[in-house]
Amino acid sequence: MNRASAQAQIHGWLLLLPAAALLALFTHYPALATLWHSFYSSPKGGRPALWVGLDNYRGMVEDPVFWQVLGNNLWFAAGTIPVSIALALLMAVWVNGKIAGRGFLRLAYFTPTVLPMIAVANIWLFFYTPTYGLLEQFTVDLLGLPSHNWLGTKSTVLACLIVVTIWKEAGFFMIFYLAALQAIPPSLGEAAAIEGAGRWYYFRRVTFPLLMPTTLFVLVNAVINSFRLVDHIVVMTRGGPDNASSLLLYYIYDVGFKFWDSAYASTLTMVLLAILGTTALLQFGFLERRIHYR
Amino acid sequence: MIRSLETAAAWLLAILWVLPLAYAFWTAFHPPEFATRFHLFAPLTLQNFVNAWDAAPFARYFVNTVLLVSLILATQLVLVTLAAYAFASYEFFGRDVMFALVLVQLMIMPDVLIVENYRTMAALDLTDTIPAIALPYMASAFGIFLLRQTFKTIPRELDEAARVEGAGSLRVLWEVYVPLARPVYIAYALVSVSYHWNNFLWPLIITNSVGSRPLTVGLQVFSSTDQGIDWSIITAATLMTSGPLLVAFLLFQRQFVQSFMRAGIK
Repeated sequence: MNRASAQAQIHGWLLLLPAAALLALFTHYPALATLWHSFYSSPKGGRPALWVGLDNYRGMVEDPVFWQVLGNNLWFAAGTIPVSIALALLMAVWVNGKIAGRGFLRLAYFTPTVLPMIAVANIWLFFYTPTYGLLEQFTVDLLGLPSHNWLGTKSTVLACLIVVTIWKEAGFFMIFYLAALQAIPPSLGEAAAIEGAGRWYYFRRVTFPLLMPTTLFVLVNAVINSFRLVDHIVVMTRGGPDNASSLLLYYIYDVGFKFWDSAYASTLTMVLLAILGTTALLQFGFLERRIHYR
Repeated sequence: MIRSLETAAAWLLAILWVLPLAYAFWTAFHPPEFATRFHLFAPLTLQNFVNAWDAAPFARYFVNTVLLVSLILATQLVLVTLAAYAFASYEFFGRDVMFALVLVQLMIMPDVLIVENYRTMAALDLTDTIPAIALPYMASAFGIFLLRQTFKTIPRELDEAARVEGAGSLRVLWEVYVPLARPVYIAYALVSVSYHWNNFLWPLIITNSVGSRPLTVGLQVFSSTDQGIDWSIITAATLMTSGPLLVAFLLFQRQFVQSFMRAGIK
């Protein structure tokens, strides 16, 4: 049977067409249109959009809020990614081994993943509330520390959001590690035990290297999430105080849908797309080649 | 010695992890005066749930979310199946380029293209409708990728045997490929439903009225404007909106975890 026939060509394309059309309309077109619109001004009142060349980009470079938000996002990424991955690995190793109450532990770690971020953000908002919140009850009433407005202070607000994100994500990443751990043949561990290798040595020299593809996968997901997830900001801080907790996507949302400056929002989106694109290139070009042993 | 320290640490972490949720349960099921005070014998009540339910059109929000999630899942299953079948068992001109173009969506998700997608929806006159929330997510690169990998593991002989018996392309797909991929479909469906039940930013932007808002947006509108700081009612509403998913998760915990695991292994 000759599959490369004209009929196979037509069938292949017809099968692909519906999905391809929707992807083109809602992924490829908007990505290109973002670039295009970033060279125009925002239409205002009866005035149509005008070609302004690089003016939007010039404005962005001179916009202190943009730099602040970008800096916040980098801190946010640096705070969430390593800790959530390390915790995920730790959790996975724990619930994969023989530990008392394994079922409960797995449930406890994973539950935040299935809840809406918007809902858990409400819960955490209450948790951080000055005076009434559980955190204040603990720090003020029990430890006798002075009262502190955790979400209302510029120096602590981002850290508070980082904690929420780690809490939400670690259990999700744990699942991928758990799947990878279960794929490692037990004979490796037995062989290592016979050779007298300690658990830490075995983890460092055998388990961890074998988990590298999973770590890469989780890492890429964590990077994407740190630029994609802003639900909790809408609920908890609205980017405040003084943009101290605003992230890039949240700023795009503010500019695009509160100030209705769509041209500048497109310009900011280009930065976001550049970051995500670079992540993809790094993944496929550089890391993937170094990590795959198969 | 180290083992028991580890067990203790694992438990401590687990307790920290459930603490915010336990706190929310406490507040939601007790009268407001016990919202932040802990007494072993504080009276239990469902009044907070009643108050929350009466204060906002949650019934409508539930209907909207169920419609939204079903619409997305149904379309996704069809589109993803067809596309994955094309990639897995047909050789056509430009296949590899098209596959690479599909994978672009894994990186650049609809979540970040809010400005342009809003413009498109406005041009199509679809803003503030449930289909507008669903459309950008209907063709899912993740789903196509997942199913293509699965379809590729299905022995060629099964496909050819069915064709020799005279089955057309779609019948081969329906009778050979789809049944063999059932566990992957279940995994994908669970991931998709929980993702879209929880999705927030795009629905927040594109909806504007009670008639189209899903639960997540409804909850946000409710807790930011109507309630001030009545935490008992807000936490009750919060638990209510995540309730169905949480109950489903607790009942089918093993399937959930295995599905997420399956979806993660590429």
